[in-house]
Amino acid sequence: MWAVVATSLRVSVVAVAIAVLAGVPAGLYLGMRRSVVRNALLVLANAGMGLPPVVVGLVTAMALSRRGPLGSLDLLYTRPAMVIAQVIIAVPVVAAVTAAAAASVPFELRLQARSLGASQLHEAMLVLKEARMGLVAAVAAGFGAVISEVGAVMMVGGNLEGSTRVMTTAIVQYTRMGRYGPALALSAVLLALIVVVNTVLAQVQRSAERFERS
Amino acid sequence: MTDRRIWLAKRQAPVLVAVLLAVLLAVLLAVLGGCSSTRTESKPPQQPKPPQRIVLATTTSTQDSGLLDVLVPAFEKAYPAYTVDVVAVGTGEALRLGEQKDADVLLVHARADEEAFVAKGFGIERRDVCYNRFVLVGPAADPADVAHASGAADALARIAKKGSPFVSRGDDSGTHKKEKSLWAASGVKPGGAWYIVTGQGMGETLKVASEKQAYTLTDEATYLTMKDSLDLSLLLGDDPSLYNQYGVIPVTGARNEEGARAFADWICGPEGQRLIGSFGVDRFGRPLFTPNAPGGEKS
Repeated sequence: MWAVVATSLRVSVVAVAIAVLAGVPAGLYLGMRRSVVRNALLVLANAGMGLPPVVVGLVTAMALSRRGPLGSLDLLYTRPAMVIAQVIIAVPVVAAVTAAAAASVPFELRLQARSLGASQLHEAMLVLKEARMGLVAAVAAGFGAVISEVGAVMMVGGNLEGSTRVMTTAIVQYTRMGRYGPALALSAVLLALIVVVNTVLAQVQRSAERFERS
Repeated sequence: MTDRRIWLAKRQAPVLVAVLLAVLLAVLLAVLGGCSSTRTESKPPQQPKPPQRIVLATTTSTQDSGLLDVLVPAFEKAYPAYTVDVVAVGTGEALRLGEQKDADVLLVHARADEEAFVAKGFGIERRDVCYNRFVLVGPAADPADVAHASGAADALARIAKKGSPFVSRGDDSGTHKKEKSLWAASGVKPGGAWYIVTGQGMGETLKVASEKQAYTLTDEATYLTMKDSLDLSLLLGDDPSLYNQYGVIPVTGARNEEGARAFADWICGPEGQRLIGSFGVDRFGRPLFTPNAPGGEKS
């Protein structure tokens, strides 16, 4: 059972890390720019937050299948395939929440920075710093989305014992087998994990807040 | 600058609170959503006694093969007073649903468990309905040479000896139970990197076997239905130890016991048996299931 929990954590943490690397710069762009393209992309990111995981799973599975365009990579029913699907699910979430936080950074502050000769990169870094509490929320949202997701990881991971079986897919399996005891036990662990991660992130957020007030 | 920071923090606070609330709500919804979807799967909503609804718990193999798509509409046409809701799960959960009276009638294939179910008083009676056969499928190259095995047990022993990948359902389903009994007969205790366990239904397990170019044990119906999307060949099927008997059990004291009995009688009767015997002939040139209900029409 703990192997399943460990797999869940490993896959989700890697996926969220990649999603943050891709989603935060994208979110900064979306939160800072004012253009038609940006508006369209922002709508896309917000809509992407509701991207149905089963659709992501289906498309990823088809692409990675032996008969699919990426079949030669031999990735279907492996952990990297699960990470790929989860990154696709998490990137819009991270980007949209980051964008919301970045957009709430006062424009005057950015103007001030510019007038002092800050480059675009400097300005972005400044916004990132000011919006760091929102970043924590972005990470929490991304993590929550992937750790509790079941449709996509079932389709691209295959729930293989000892390699791609994660908490959510194991819960589905135990339920199908009529073994509600282990299913409930795993559900409790999953819930506890989500609470722990959010508590840690809330702590980070509070210390960021304290730093801001000092 | 400190004043400015406080002002900034104040200005950001409502937004952040909103974002955090949204996140919490999303997590909560995701969790609750997960729970409720599991619940609908295992416990159909309890409506105030709709007499016309029959909950049929059956195995994924009858669903995946398409047999129920033929049987259910025909039954509903013959008995317009009833509608059948199909819950397709593993034999293990199907029996559990019956024990909890969440299902009215069961159509499953694990004879010993079915007889124990009736003996414990959960079911009214168990009747044979039909049988199909299990087959061993695998990569066309057949590295373990199971096509020349003397039987299913020998074939599994060859796979284990060669260390060729083998995909197991591992879900306590009728198919998994059959697989375990065949391993026991082969004298090999399967395990190791070559033994892949999906814990999923037949369709998904076949897909995994195809992707991994591994052997697997499947009911012939599901294999034939999915054959075109798989890179797997039928390697072994002519062995009496591979026959797979389906039984029907109306659940004792079910919400719709009358409907459950009607369904069991109908599926074992002339029309049900005729439909089972002709299912698949148009697509595969021969029937996928052989009807053998006592007193029913033989094909």
